[in-house]
Amino acid sequence: MYRNFADVARACAQRGIGPAQLFLESECRLTERAPDEVRAQLRERWAVMEASARQALEAPQRTAGGLIDGMAHRQWTYAPGQSLCGPFLNRVMARALSCSEVNASMGRICAAPTAGACGVLPAVLVSLQEERGLRWEALEGALLVASGFGAVVMRNATVAGAEGGCQAECGVAAAMAAAAAVQAAGGTLEQMLSAFSHALSCCMGLICDPVAGLVQVPCAQRNASQAVSALLCADLALAGQVFPIPADEVVEAMRRVGRQLPPELRETAQGGIADTETGRAIAARLAQE
Amino acid sequence: MELSLFDVLGPVMIGPSSSHTAGAARLADVARQIAGEFVHVSFGLHGSFARTYRGHGTDRALVAGALGLSPQDERLRRAFDLARERGVAFDFYPTHVEGAHENTVVMTFRSADGRERTIEGASLGGGRIRICRIDDYPAEITADAPTLVILQQDRQGMVSHVTQILAERGINIAVMRLSRTARGEIACCVIEVDGELPAGLVERVAGVPGVLSARAVR
Repeated sequence: MYRNFADVARACAQRGIGPAQLFLESECRLTERAPDEVRAQLRERWAVMEASARQALEAPQRTAGGLIDGMAHRQWTYAPGQSLCGPFLNRVMARALSCSEVNASMGRICAAPTAGACGVLPAVLVSLQEERGLRWEALEGALLVASGFGAVVMRNATVAGAEGGCQAECGVAAAMAAAAAVQAAGGTLEQMLSAFSHALSCCMGLICDPVAGLVQVPCAQRNASQAVSALLCADLALAGQVFPIPADEVVEAMRRVGRQLPPELRETAQGGIADTETGRAIAARLAQE
Repeated sequence: MELSLFDVLGPVMIGPSSSHTAGAARLADVARQIAGEFVHVSFGLHGSFARTYRGHGTDRALVAGALGLSPQDERLRRAFDLARERGVAFDFYPTHVEGAHENTVVMTFRSADGRERTIEGASLGGGRIRICRIDDYPAEITADAPTLVILQQDRQGMVSHVTQILAERGINIAVMRLSRTARGEIACCVIEVDGELPAGLVERVAGVPGVLSARAVR
């Protein structure tokens, strides 16, 4: 059983296996199931992720409060030639927005690691699958790495916005997705750990400040931007940029920063974007409806 | 803490919030199983539930749970219509429960013959829940495993009578909690078991002299 990334690295080195295999075996032991049963459940989760990343692209969803209705469709149909970042990153953003829109409209999603951050990992992996023609085996490895890395954070820190702010939700989702993207691209464990640390440090201190307490603004925007960040950080790592602080220390730093955030900046809708003049006016208007 | 990979990639749920939507649906579903048949349900909303229930669909999730829908059923958003089709009435009111968790709901189920059962519970985050009161009796039900919920006279031999029935059926007790208001009055007995609760078991337990009610939460 692995408690932290040091354990993961040690076990992988000793046994000459990759982290995906380590996480799969550990899950089999914990839940007393055969590898194929775990694989089948991963596939079910993947089907939900894929559907939510697609659902709002063509059909705008209706949300309570209506702050993000149609965002995914707008991004998806934005003329690709105009996109400053190119069609690939534009599709990544549209898919992350789709998941957020489906979530906010009471559609079905898979928390990864939370409902509020459910767009980051699907956006990255669905887009990589399309771009690179990834087979299921590669996706499976990426999902194992994403969830195994996320489990280390859940054990040693938090993924709840109410405890750690948005860095703990969309931030951790981005770090998981960055490691998963490295796995999908055939990178090493060292590169996965660097990608994870690049991503988490890029959003360290990010607060949770939902307008009117709804999981819409700026949650949808952050799902999109953190999905892109995950890919940038994966590319940093794959290019050989080593993050000089070990991943376990980065997780601990994130945990401490979360505790240092005042309650107003942790999902209470009392600070940040939620506490602007217009943010408060939107909250007051929705409370009356 | 042992964590499954599917605690990270999951749960699969209806959005937008694991505590305010998925957890709320589960709370009402478990409460429904404890309450039994009903024609009307009132939801008293406390704390964060009272302030943000509309935007998070907590109201529809609660009604869906009371109708027996799972937290990942896409009909959850149409729960109000479904309730009307099934002839179930419902209402919501703000309330304050001293010292209660931020996400607490007090659910009162009324049967066709006018009997009421009030169940209080909290949504703890990540879809996890805890039922903490049944009528006047403190309880602690997380519904992580199949659970027997028994209201019984608080007297000698009651517990052994019930556990004997379980033992005869080869059912292993994982967790057992007993609480009561005062000595010699009514006790609430919560038994979590390994595996499934077989058909007919609840009726058997309910037939034990001194047992006022027995329910299975699956």
